[in-house]
Amino acid sequence: MDTVTIINALVSGLLTGLVYGLSALGLSVIFGVIRIVNFAHGELMVLGMFLALLLFRWLGLDPLWSVPIGAALLFLVGYALQHFVVRRVAYLPDHMQFLLLAGIAIMLVSACLVAFGPDAQGVQLDYALDSFALGSLIIDKVRLYAALAAIAVASALLLFFKYSPTGRAIRACADNHLGAKVVGLNVDRLYALTFGIGAACIGAAGCIILLLVQVHPYLAPPYTLLAFIVVIIGGMGSLFGALLGGILIGVAEELASIVGEPSLKTAFSFALLIVVLLLRPQGLLGRAVR
Amino acid sequence: MILAAEDIHLYYGDAQALDGVSIEVRAKEIVAIVGANGAGKSSLIRTIAGIERPRQGRIRFKGTDITGWPSHKVCDLGIGQVAEGRQIFPTLTVDENLEVGAYLPRGRAAKAEARERVYAMFPRLAERRSQYAGTMSGGEQQMLAIGRCLMGQPELIMFDEPSLGLAPTIVQEVFRVIERLNADGATIILVEQNVAVSLALAQHAYVLENGRITLKGTGKELLANDQVRQAYMGL
Repeated sequence: MDTVTIINALVSGLLTGLVYGLSALGLSVIFGVIRIVNFAHGELMVLGMFLALLLFRWLGLDPLWSVPIGAALLFLVGYALQHFVVRRVAYLPDHMQFLLLAGIAIMLVSACLVAFGPDAQGVQLDYALDSFALGSLIIDKVRLYAALAAIAVASALLLFFKYSPTGRAIRACADNHLGAKVVGLNVDRLYALTFGIGAACIGAAGCIILLLVQVHPYLAPPYTLLAFIVVIIGGMGSLFGALLGGILIGVAEELASIVGEPSLKTAFSFALLIVVLLLRPQGLLGRAVR
Repeated sequence: MILAAEDIHLYYGDAQALDGVSIEVRAKEIVAIVGANGAGKSSLIRTIAGIERPRQGRIRFKGTDITGWPSHKVCDLGIGQVAEGRQIFPTLTVDENLEVGAYLPRGRAAKAEARERVYAMFPRLAERRSQYAGTMSGGEQQMLAIGRCLMGQPELIMFDEPSLGLAPTIVQEVFRVIERLNADGATIILVEQNVAVSLALAQHAYVLENGRITLKGTGKELLANDQVRQAYMGL
Protein backbone atom coordinates (compact mmCIF):
# COMPACT_ATOMS: atom_id res chain seq x y z
CA MET A 1 0.00 0.00 0.00
CA ASP A 2 1.44 3.36 -0.98
CA THR A 3 1.39 6.67 0.85
CA VAL A 4 -0.95 8.28 -1.66
CA THR A 5 -3.67 5.72 -1.00
CA ILE A 6 -3.32 6.25 2.73
CA ILE A 7 -3.42 10.04 2.47
CA ASN A 8 -6.44 9.87 0.18
CA ALA A 9 -8.16 7.63 2.72
CA LEU A 10 -7.25 9.99 5.55
CA VAL A 11 -8.69 13.01 3.74
CA SER A 12 -11.80 11.16 2.71
CA GLY A 13 -12.27 9.88 6.25
CA LEU A 14 -11.77 13.35 7.67
CA LEU A 15 -14.45 14.79 5.39
CA THR A 16 -16.99 12.05 6.10
CA GLY A 17 -16.09 12.21 9.77
CA LEU A 18 -17.12 15.86 9.95
CA VAL A 19 -20.65 14.83 8.97
CA TYR A 20 -20.61 12.08 11.63
CA GLY A 21 -19.38 14.75 14.03
CA LEU A 22 -22.27 17.06 13.23
CA SER A 23 -24.74 14.26 13.82
CA ALA A 24 -23.05 13.33 17.11
CA LEU A 25 -23.13 16.99 18.10
CA GLY A 26 -26.90 16.66 18.18
CA LEU A 27 -26.69 13.71 20.55
CA SER A 28 -24.11 15.45 22.70
CA VAL A 29 -26.08 18.69 23.06
CA ILE A 30 -29.19 16.81 24.18
CA PHE A 31 -27.29 14.65 26.63
CA GLY A 32 -25.10 17.46 27.92
CA VAL A 33 -28.03 19.68 28.84
CA ILE A 34 -31.08 17.49 29.47
CA ARG A 35 -29.08 14.46 30.64
CA ILE A 36 -31.17 12.16 28.51
CA VAL A 37 -29.63 9.68 26.08
CA ASN A 38 -31.53 10.02 22.85
CA PHE A 39 -32.06 6.45 21.72
CA ALA A 40 -34.06 7.72 18.73
CA HIS A 41 -30.98 9.53 17.38
CA GLY A 42 -30.43 7.49 14.22
CA GLU A 43 -34.16 7.53 13.52
CA LEU A 44 -34.22 11.34 13.56
CA MET A 45 -31.25 11.31 11.21
CA VAL A 46 -33.04 8.95 8.83
CA LEU A 47 -36.07 11.25 8.94
CA GLY A 48 -33.77 14.04 7.75
CA MET A 49 -32.45 11.80 4.98
CA PHE A 50 -35.92 10.87 3.76
CA LEU A 51 -36.98 14.49 3.85
CA ALA A 52 -34.03 15.47 1.66
CA LEU A 53 -34.86 12.54 -0.64
CA LEU A 54 -38.46 13.72 -1.05
CA LEU A 55 -37.40 17.31 -1.69
CA PHE A 56 -34.95 16.04 -4.31
CA ARG A 57 -37.62 13.94 -6.02
CA TRP A 58 -40.38 16.54 -5.90
CA LEU A 59 -38.47 19.73 -6.50
CA GLY A 60 -35.10 18.53 -7.74
CA LEU A 61 -33.57 20.21 -4.70
CA ASP A 62 -29.92 19.41 -3.97
CA PRO A 63 -29.76 17.84 -0.46
CA LEU A 64 -27.42 20.66 0.56
CA TRP A 65 -30.24 23.15 -0.02
CA SER A 66 -32.52 20.91 2.03
CA VAL A 67 -30.30 21.44 5.07
CA PRO A 68 -32.12 24.53 6.41
CA ILE A 69 -35.51 22.91 5.76
CA GLY A 70 -34.46 19.63 7.38
CA ALA A 71 -32.99 21.47 10.34
CA ALA A 72 -36.14 23.57 10.83
CA LEU A 73 -38.48 20.61 10.56
CA LEU A 74 -36.45 18.40 12.88
CA PHE A 75 -36.22 21.32 15.31
CA LEU A 76 -40.01 21.22 15.55
CA VAL A 77 -39.98 17.43 15.95
CA GLY A 78 -37.34 17.63 18.72
CA TYR A 79 -39.10 20.48 20.50
CA ALA A 80 -42.40 18.61 20.45
CA LEU A 81 -40.75 15.37 21.56
CA GLN A 82 -39.28 17.04 24.64
CA HIS A 83 -42.30 19.20 25.40
CA PHE A 84 -45.03 16.60 25.02
CA VAL A 85 -43.28 13.33 25.77
CA VAL A 86 -39.82 13.24 27.32
CA ARG A 87 -40.54 16.00 29.87
CA ARG A 88 -43.34 13.93 31.34
CA VAL A 89 -41.06 11.02 32.19
CA ALA A 90 -38.21 13.14 33.58
CA TYR A 91 -39.01 11.96 37.12
CA LEU A 92 -38.65 8.29 36.17
CA PRO A 93 -35.39 6.36 36.55
CA ASP A 94 -32.97 6.56 33.60
CA HIS A 95 -33.69 3.13 32.15
CA MET A 96 -37.41 3.91 31.91
CA GLN A 97 -36.61 7.06 29.93
CA PHE A 98 -34.38 5.00 27.63
CA LEU A 99 -37.21 2.55 27.03
CA LEU A 100 -39.53 5.37 26.06
CA LEU A 101 -37.07 6.74 23.49
CA ALA A 102 -36.24 3.26 22.20
CA GLY A 103 -39.99 2.76 21.73
CA ILE A 104 -40.26 6.00 19.80
CA ALA A 105 -37.32 4.82 17.69
CA ILE A 106 -39.12 1.61 16.77
CA MET A 107 -42.25 3.57 15.85
CA LEU A 108 -40.26 5.89 13.61
CA VAL A 109 -38.52 3.03 11.79
CA SER A 110 -41.84 1.28 11.22
CA ALA A 111 -43.45 4.49 9.97
CA CYS A 112 -40.57 4.98 7.51
CA LEU A 113 -40.97 1.37 6.34
CA VAL A 114 -44.67 1.95 5.67
CA ALA A 115 -44.04 5.24 3.93
CA PHE A 116 -40.90 4.49 1.92
CA GLY A 117 -40.43 0.70 1.84
CA PRO A 118 -37.32 -1.22 2.84
CA ASP A 119 -35.16 -0.53 -0.24
CA ALA A 120 -32.11 1.69 -0.30
CA GLN A 121 -32.74 4.90 -2.21
CA GLY A 122 -30.40 7.73 -3.04
CA VAL A 123 -30.07 10.92 -5.02
CA GLN A 124 -28.39 11.23 -8.41
CA LEU A 125 -26.47 14.49 -8.60
CA ASP A 126 -24.74 15.64 -11.76
CA TYR A 127 -21.56 16.38 -9.82
CA ALA A 128 -21.66 13.07 -7.95
CA LEU A 129 -18.59 11.67 -9.66
CA ASP A 130 -16.60 14.91 -9.97
CA SER A 131 -13.50 15.38 -7.94
CA PHE A 132 -10.77 17.91 -7.30
CA ALA A 133 -7.21 16.80 -7.88
CA LEU A 134 -4.42 18.33 -5.81
CA GLY A 135 -1.37 16.64 -7.20
CA SER A 136 -1.96 12.98 -6.56
CA LEU A 137 -4.53 13.76 -3.88
CA ILE A 138 -8.07 13.24 -5.11
CA ILE A 139 -10.98 14.80 -3.24
CA ASP A 140 -14.56 13.87 -4.11
CA LYS A 141 -16.64 16.94 -4.75
CA VAL A 142 -19.67 15.62 -2.84
CA ARG A 143 -17.56 14.69 0.15
CA LEU A 144 -15.94 18.12 0.26
CA TYR A 145 -19.29 19.90 -0.04
CA ALA A 146 -20.77 17.66 2.64
CA ALA A 147 -17.88 18.45 4.99
CA LEU A 148 -18.14 22.19 4.35
CA ALA A 149 -21.87 22.12 5.04
CA ALA A 150 -21.25 20.18 8.27
CA ILE A 151 -18.63 22.73 9.34
CA ALA A 152 -21.02 25.59 8.60
CA VAL A 153 -23.84 24.09 10.68
CA ALA A 154 -21.50 23.10 13.54
CA SER A 155 -19.97 26.60 13.61
CA ALA A 156 -23.40 28.18 13.76
CA LEU A 157 -24.24 25.94 16.69
CA LEU A 158 -21.02 26.69 18.57
CA LEU A 159 -21.44 30.44 18.03
CA PHE A 160 -25.03 30.22 19.23
CA PHE A 161 -23.98 28.55 22.47
CA LYS A 162 -21.03 30.85 23.01
CA TYR A 163 -22.56 34.25 22.30
CA SER A 164 -26.36 34.30 22.17
CA PRO A 165 -28.31 35.03 25.38
CA THR A 166 -30.42 31.90 24.90
CA GLY A 167 -27.32 29.80 24.20
CA ARG A 168 -25.78 31.08 27.43
CA ALA A 169 -28.99 30.38 29.32
CA ILE A 170 -28.99 26.80 28.01
CA ARG A 171 -25.39 26.35 29.16
CA ALA A 172 -26.41 27.73 32.53
CA CYS A 173 -29.18 25.09 32.79
CA ALA A 174 -26.66 22.38 31.98
CA ASP A 175 -24.25 23.78 34.55
CA ASN A 176 -26.61 24.11 37.51
CA HIS A 177 -30.24 23.12 37.24
CA LEU A 178 -31.25 24.66 40.58
CA GLY A 179 -29.18 27.77 39.87
CA ALA A 180 -31.09 28.19 36.62
CA LYS A 181 -34.39 28.16 38.50
CA VAL A 182 -33.01 30.56 41.10
CA VAL A 183 -32.36 33.22 38.45
CA GLY A 184 -35.76 32.56 36.90
CA LEU A 185 -34.82 30.70 33.74
CA ASN A 186 -37.75 28.79 32.25
CA VAL A 187 -35.94 25.48 32.37
CA ASP A 188 -38.72 23.46 30.73
CA ARG A 189 -38.79 25.78 27.72
CA LEU A 190 -35.00 25.87 27.45
CA TYR A 191 -34.89 22.06 27.57
CA ALA A 192 -37.44 21.85 24.74
CA LEU A 193 -35.36 24.36 22.75
CA THR A 194 -32.26 22.27 23.44
CA PHE A 195 -33.88 19.06 22.21
CA GLY A 196 -35.06 21.02 19.18
CA ILE A 197 -31.59 22.39 18.49
CA GLY A 198 -30.01 18.95 18.92
CA ALA A 199 -32.59 17.43 16.57
CA ALA A 200 -31.98 20.26 14.06
CA CYS A 201 -28.28 19.28 13.99
CA ILE A 202 -29.24 15.66 13.45
CA GLY A 203 -31.68 16.64 10.68
CA ALA A 204 -29.04 18.78 8.98
CA ALA A 205 -26.57 15.91 9.21
CA GLY A 206 -29.20 13.60 7.69
CA CYS A 207 -29.73 15.90 4.70
CA ILE A 208 -25.97 16.24 4.20
CA ILE A 209 -25.15 12.56 4.49
CA LEU A 210 -27.69 11.74 1.77
CA LEU A 211 -25.00 13.05 -0.59
CA LEU A 212 -22.79 10.13 0.43
CA VAL A 213 -25.11 7.33 1.46
CA GLN A 214 -28.35 5.77 0.24
CA VAL A 215 -31.16 5.82 2.75
CA HIS A 216 -33.34 2.99 4.05
CA PRO A 217 -35.24 2.69 7.35
CA TYR A 218 -32.90 0.11 8.87
CA LEU A 219 -30.01 2.56 8.61
CA ALA A 220 -31.32 4.16 11.80
CA PRO A 221 -30.08 1.78 14.53
CA PRO A 222 -26.50 1.65 13.15
CA TYR A 223 -26.47 5.46 13.06
CA THR A 224 -27.60 5.59 16.67
CA LEU A 225 -24.77 3.26 17.58
CA LEU A 226 -22.28 5.24 15.49
CA ALA A 227 -23.23 8.48 17.21
CA PHE A 228 -22.87 6.84 20.64
CA ILE A 229 -19.37 5.67 19.74
CA VAL A 230 -18.43 9.11 18.44
CA VAL A 231 -19.73 10.89 21.52
CA ILE A 232 -18.12 8.46 23.96
CA ILE A 233 -14.77 8.76 22.18
CA GLY A 234 -14.98 12.54 22.10
CA GLY A 235 -16.33 12.90 25.62
CA MET A 236 -19.99 13.05 26.68
CA GLY A 237 -21.29 16.61 26.63
CA SER A 238 -18.22 18.12 24.94
CA LEU A 239 -19.14 19.78 21.65
CA PHE A 240 -15.63 19.89 20.22
CA GLY A 241 -15.24 16.32 21.46
CA ALA A 242 -18.16 15.22 19.29
CA LEU A 243 -16.55 16.75 16.20
CA LEU A 244 -13.16 15.23 17.04
CA GLY A 245 -14.73 11.83 17.69
CA GLY A 246 -16.56 12.05 14.38
CA ILE A 247 -13.35 12.75 12.50
CA LEU A 248 -11.53 9.87 14.22
CA ILE A 249 -14.31 7.43 13.39
CA GLY A 250 -14.48 8.66 9.80
CA VAL A 251 -10.75 8.15 9.40
CA ALA A 252 -10.81 4.77 11.15
CA GLU A 253 -13.55 3.54 8.82
CA GLU A 254 -11.68 4.67 5.70
CA LEU A 255 -8.43 3.10 6.89
CA ALA A 256 -10.31 -0.12 7.62
CA SER A 257 -11.61 -0.23 4.09
CA ILE A 258 -8.16 0.06 2.53
CA VAL A 259 -6.41 -2.23 5.00
CA GLY A 260 -8.88 -5.07 4.80
CA GLU A 261 -12.48 -5.70 4.06
CA PRO A 262 -14.82 -2.67 3.98
CA SER A 263 -17.10 -4.66 6.26
CA LEU A 264 -14.36 -4.48 8.89
CA LYS A 265 -14.99 -0.79 9.42
CA THR A 266 -17.38 -1.24 12.33
CA ALA A 267 -14.80 -3.46 14.01
CA PHE A 268 -12.27 -0.65 13.64
CA SER A 269 -14.68 1.85 15.18
CA PHE A 270 -15.33 -0.38 18.17
CA ALA A 271 -11.61 -1.11 18.56
CA LEU A 272 -11.02 2.63 18.73
CA LEU A 273 -13.82 2.92 21.29
CA ILE A 274 -12.27 0.21 23.46
CA VAL A 275 -8.83 1.83 23.32
CA VAL A 276 -10.27 5.21 24.35
CA LEU A 277 -12.30 3.66 27.16
CA LEU A 278 -9.18 1.90 28.47
CA LEU A 279 -6.90 4.92 28.31
CA ARG A 280 -9.29 7.81 28.91
CA PRO A 281 -12.71 6.66 30.09
CA GLN A 282 -14.16 10.18 30.17
CA GLY A 283 -13.47 10.56 26.42
CA LEU A 284 -10.78 12.59 24.69
CA LEU A 285 -12.17 16.02 25.54
CA GLY A 286 -14.56 14.99 28.31
CA ARG A 287 -14.29 16.10 31.91
CA ALA A 288 -13.85 13.41 34.53
CA VAL A 289 -16.95 13.05 36.68
CA ARG A 290 -16.26 14.49 40.11
CA MET B 1 -47.36 45.14 52.49
CA ILE B 2 -45.16 44.08 49.59
CA LEU B 3 -45.33 40.33 50.29
CA ALA B 4 -47.79 38.27 52.26
CA ALA B 5 -47.65 34.49 52.56
CA GLU B 6 -50.70 33.03 54.29
CA ASP B 7 -51.07 29.59 55.78
CA ILE B 8 -48.50 27.87 53.56
CA HIS B 9 -48.45 24.07 53.68
CA LEU B 10 -45.67 22.37 51.77
CA TYR B 11 -44.97 18.66 51.41
CA TYR B 12 -42.08 16.72 49.89
CA GLY B 13 -43.89 13.51 49.06
CA ASP B 14 -45.50 12.58 52.38
CA ALA B 15 -43.10 14.59 54.51
CA GLN B 16 -44.47 17.91 55.62
CA ALA B 17 -41.96 20.76 55.40
CA LEU B 18 -44.19 23.76 56.13
CA ASP B 19 -47.27 23.60 58.35
CA GLY B 20 -49.40 26.71 58.04
CA VAL B 21 -46.67 29.32 57.79
CA SER B 22 -47.72 32.97 57.42
CA ILE B 23 -45.33 35.89 57.06
CA GLU B 24 -45.73 39.52 56.09
CA VAL B 25 -43.08 41.76 54.62
CA ARG B 26 -43.42 45.54 54.34
CA ALA B 27 -41.71 47.41 51.54
CA LYS B 28 -38.08 48.45 52.18
CA GLU B 29 -37.86 46.35 55.36
CA ILE B 30 -35.40 43.68 56.33
CA VAL B 31 -37.26 40.63 57.64
CA ALA B 32 -35.25 37.88 59.28
CA ILE B 33 -36.32 34.24 59.46
CA VAL B 34 -34.37 32.21 61.99
CA GLY B 35 -34.58 28.63 63.06
CA ALA B 36 -32.63 25.39 63.34
CA ASN B 37 -31.49 23.28 60.39
CA GLY B 38 -34.42 21.55 58.79
CA ALA B 39 -36.98 23.91 60.34
CA GLY B 40 -38.23 24.82 56.86
CA LYS B 41 -36.51 28.16 56.23
CA SER B 42 -35.18 27.23 52.80
CA SER B 43 -38.47 25.53 51.96
CA LEU B 44 -40.28 28.79 52.66
CA ILE B 45 -37.89 30.74 50.43
CA ARG B 46 -38.22 28.18 47.64
CA THR B 47 -41.99 28.22 47.90
CA ILE B 48 -42.13 32.00 47.61
CA ALA B 49 -39.71 31.79 44.66
CA GLY B 50 -42.01 29.37 42.85
CA ILE B 51 -39.50 26.51 42.88
CA GLU B 52 -41.75 24.47 45.21
CA ARG B 53 -45.53 24.44 44.94
CA PRO B 54 -47.48 24.64 48.21
CA ARG B 55 -50.32 22.20 48.80
CA GLN B 56 -52.31 24.91 50.53
CA GLY B 57 -52.03 28.63 51.19
CA ARG B 58 -51.76 31.94 49.35
CA ILE B 59 -48.80 34.07 48.37
CA ARG B 60 -49.38 37.68 47.36
CA PHE B 61 -46.72 40.03 46.01
CA LYS B 62 -47.59 43.70 45.45
CA GLY B 63 -51.27 42.80 45.32
CA THR B 64 -50.85 40.00 42.77
CA ASP B 65 -51.68 36.45 43.77
CA ILE B 66 -48.59 34.49 42.74
CA THR B 67 -49.50 31.18 44.38
CA GLY B 68 -48.33 28.31 42.19
CA TRP B 69 -46.63 30.57 39.65
CA PRO B 70 -43.52 29.07 38.03
CA SER B 71 -40.18 30.54 39.15
CA HIS B 72 -39.51 32.42 35.91
CA LYS B 73 -42.74 34.39 36.25
CA VAL B 74 -42.13 35.09 39.93
CA CYS B 75 -38.63 36.36 39.15
CA ASP B 76 -39.88 38.55 36.34
CA LEU B 77 -42.30 40.20 38.76
CA GLY B 78 -39.36 41.34 40.90
CA ILE B 79 -38.64 38.64 43.48
CA GLY B 80 -34.94 37.78 43.39
CA GLN B 81 -33.09 35.14 45.32
CA VAL B 82 -29.56 34.51 46.54
CA ALA B 83 -29.84 30.80 47.17
CA GLU B 84 -28.21 28.61 49.74
CA GLY B 85 -24.91 27.24 48.44
CA ARG B 86 -24.71 30.19 46.02
CA GLN B 87 -25.81 28.11 42.98
CA ILE B 88 -23.62 29.96 40.50
CA PHE B 89 -22.78 28.52 37.07
CA PRO B 90 -19.25 27.13 37.50
CA THR B 91 -18.28 26.65 33.84
CA LEU B 92 -19.58 30.05 32.77
CA THR B 93 -17.39 33.11 33.21
CA VAL B 94 -18.22 35.77 35.79
CA ASP B 95 -19.51 38.01 33.03
CA GLU B 96 -21.65 35.23 31.56
CA ASN B 97 -23.12 34.49 34.98
CA LEU B 98 -24.22 38.11 35.22
CA GLU B 99 -25.60 38.01 31.67
CA VAL B 100 -27.75 35.00 32.51
CA GLY B 101 -29.01 36.89 35.58
CA ALA B 102 -30.43 39.48 33.18
CA TYR B 103 -32.05 36.98 30.80
CA LEU B 104 -35.65 37.72 31.77
CA PRO B 105 -37.39 40.76 30.18
CA ARG B 106 -37.31 42.61 33.51
CA GLY B 107 -33.50 42.45 33.67
CA ARG B 108 -32.75 42.68 29.96
CA ALA B 109 -33.85 46.30 29.58
CA ALA B 110 -31.35 47.72 32.06
CA LYS B 111 -28.58 45.17 31.60
CA ALA B 112 -25.68 47.53 30.89
CA GLU B 113 -26.34 49.82 33.87
CA ALA B 114 -26.95 46.87 36.16
CA ARG B 115 -23.63 45.35 35.18
CA GLU B 116 -21.81 48.63 35.88
CA ARG B 117 -23.52 48.82 39.24
CA VAL B 118 -22.52 45.25 40.16
CA TYR B 119 -18.91 45.76 39.08
CA ALA B 120 -18.75 49.03 41.02
CA MET B 121 -20.13 47.29 44.10
CA PHE B 122 -17.80 44.29 43.78
CA PRO B 123 -14.50 45.36 42.19
CA ARG B 124 -13.17 41.82 42.67
CA LEU B 125 -15.74 40.58 40.19
CA ALA B 126 -14.74 43.21 37.66
CA GLU B 127 -11.12 42.02 37.93
CA ARG B 128 -12.24 38.47 37.31
CA ARG B 129 -14.91 39.04 34.71
CA SER B 130 -13.50 36.54 32.18
CA GLN B 131 -12.61 33.92 34.76
CA TYR B 132 -14.68 30.74 35.15
CA ALA B 133 -16.92 31.24 38.16
CA GLY B 134 -16.15 27.77 39.53
CA THR B 135 -12.48 28.67 39.99
CA MET B 136 -13.20 31.53 42.41
CA SER B 137 -13.13 31.47 46.21
CA GLY B 138 -16.31 30.95 48.22
CA GLY B 139 -16.51 34.63 49.14
CA GLU B 140 -16.12 35.72 45.53
CA GLN B 141 -18.77 33.22 44.47
CA GLN B 142 -21.13 34.67 47.07
CA MET B 143 -20.52 38.17 45.67
CA LEU B 144 -21.22 36.77 42.21
CA ALA B 145 -24.45 35.16 43.40
CA ILE B 146 -25.56 38.52 44.82
CA GLY B 147 -24.47 40.37 41.67
CA ARG B 148 -26.25 37.86 39.44
CA CYS B 149 -29.43 38.36 41.47
CA LEU B 150 -29.16 42.16 41.13
CA MET B 151 -28.95 41.81 37.34
CA GLY B 152 -32.61 40.77 37.40
CA GLN B 153 -33.68 44.12 38.97
CA PRO B 154 -35.40 42.57 42.00
CA GLU B 155 -37.54 44.65 44.37
CA LEU B 156 -37.54 41.91 46.97
CA ILE B 157 -34.34 39.93 47.54
CA MET B 158 -34.40 36.69 49.52
CA PHE B 159 -31.05 35.68 51.01
CA ASP B 160 -30.75 32.05 52.06
CA GLU B 161 -27.81 31.47 54.41
CA PRO B 162 -25.55 34.01 52.68
CA SER B 163 -22.79 33.69 55.30
CA LEU B 164 -22.62 29.90 55.35
CA GLY B 165 -19.08 28.57 54.97
CA LEU B 166 -17.44 31.98 54.55
CA ALA B 167 -14.48 33.48 56.42
CA PRO B 168 -15.44 36.01 59.14
CA THR B 169 -14.17 39.07 57.24
CA ILE B 170 -16.19 38.04 54.18
CA VAL B 171 -19.25 37.45 56.35
CA GLN B 172 -19.02 41.06 57.56
CA GLU B 173 -18.80 42.26 53.99
CA VAL B 174 -21.87 40.23 53.00
CA PHE B 175 -23.88 41.83 55.80
CA ARG B 176 -22.64 45.30 54.79
CA VAL B 177 -23.79 44.59 51.24
CA ILE B 178 -27.22 43.50 52.46
CA GLU B 179 -27.58 46.70 54.52
CA ARG B 180 -26.53 48.79 51.58
CA LEU B 181 -28.97 47.11 49.18
CA ASN B 182 -31.69 47.76 51.73
CA ALA B 183 -30.63 51.40 52.04
CA ASP B 184 -30.80 51.64 48.23
CA GLY B 185 -34.47 50.64 48.41
CA ALA B 186 -34.56 46.83 48.20
CA THR B 187 -36.83 44.82 50.47
CA ILE B 188 -34.95 41.93 52.07
CA ILE B 189 -35.87 38.54 53.47
CA LEU B 190 -32.88 37.17 55.33
CA VAL B 191 -32.56 33.54 56.35
CA GLU B 192 -29.48 33.12 58.50
CA GLN B 193 -27.80 30.75 60.90
CA ASN B 194 -26.05 33.82 62.28
CA VAL B 195 -29.05 34.70 64.44
CA ALA B 196 -27.61 37.59 66.46
CA VAL B 197 -26.46 39.55 63.44
CA SER B 198 -29.58 38.97 61.38
CA LEU B 199 -31.92 39.96 64.23
CA ALA B 200 -29.88 43.11 64.80
CA LEU B 201 -30.29 44.03 61.11
CA ALA B 202 -33.98 43.16 60.83
CA GLN B 203 -36.99 45.34 61.51
CA HIS B 204 -39.18 42.26 61.85
CA ALA B 205 -38.34 38.62 62.43
CA TYR B 206 -39.89 35.19 62.62
CA VAL B 207 -38.75 32.04 64.39
CA LEU B 208 -39.48 28.86 62.44
CA GLU B 209 -39.54 25.48 64.22
CA ASN B 210 -40.51 22.19 62.59
CA GLY B 211 -42.31 23.95 59.77
CA ARG B 212 -44.28 26.36 62.01
CA ILE B 213 -43.83 29.97 63.06
CA THR B 214 -43.41 29.83 66.83
CA LEU B 215 -42.43 33.42 67.54
CA LYS B 216 -42.60 36.72 65.74
CA GLY B 217 -41.85 40.31 66.55
CA THR B 218 -39.48 43.12 65.81
CA GLY B 219 -35.80 42.24 65.50
CA LYS B 220 -35.13 43.93 68.85
CA GLU B 221 -37.89 42.02 70.63
CA LEU B 222 -36.61 38.66 69.47
CA LEU B 223 -33.05 39.65 70.22
CA ALA B 224 -34.12 40.27 73.83
CA ASN B 225 -36.27 37.13 74.03
CA ASP B 226 -34.84 34.56 76.47
CA GLN B 227 -36.10 31.60 74.47
CA VAL B 228 -34.38 32.86 71.33
CA ARG B 229 -31.19 33.69 73.20
CA GLN B 230 -31.04 30.22 74.71
CA ALA B 231 -31.99 28.21 71.67
CA TYR B 232 -30.12 30.05 68.93
CA MET B 233 -27.45 32.19 70.48
CA GLY B 234 -26.23 29.87 73.23
CA LEU B 235 -26.71 32.50 75.93
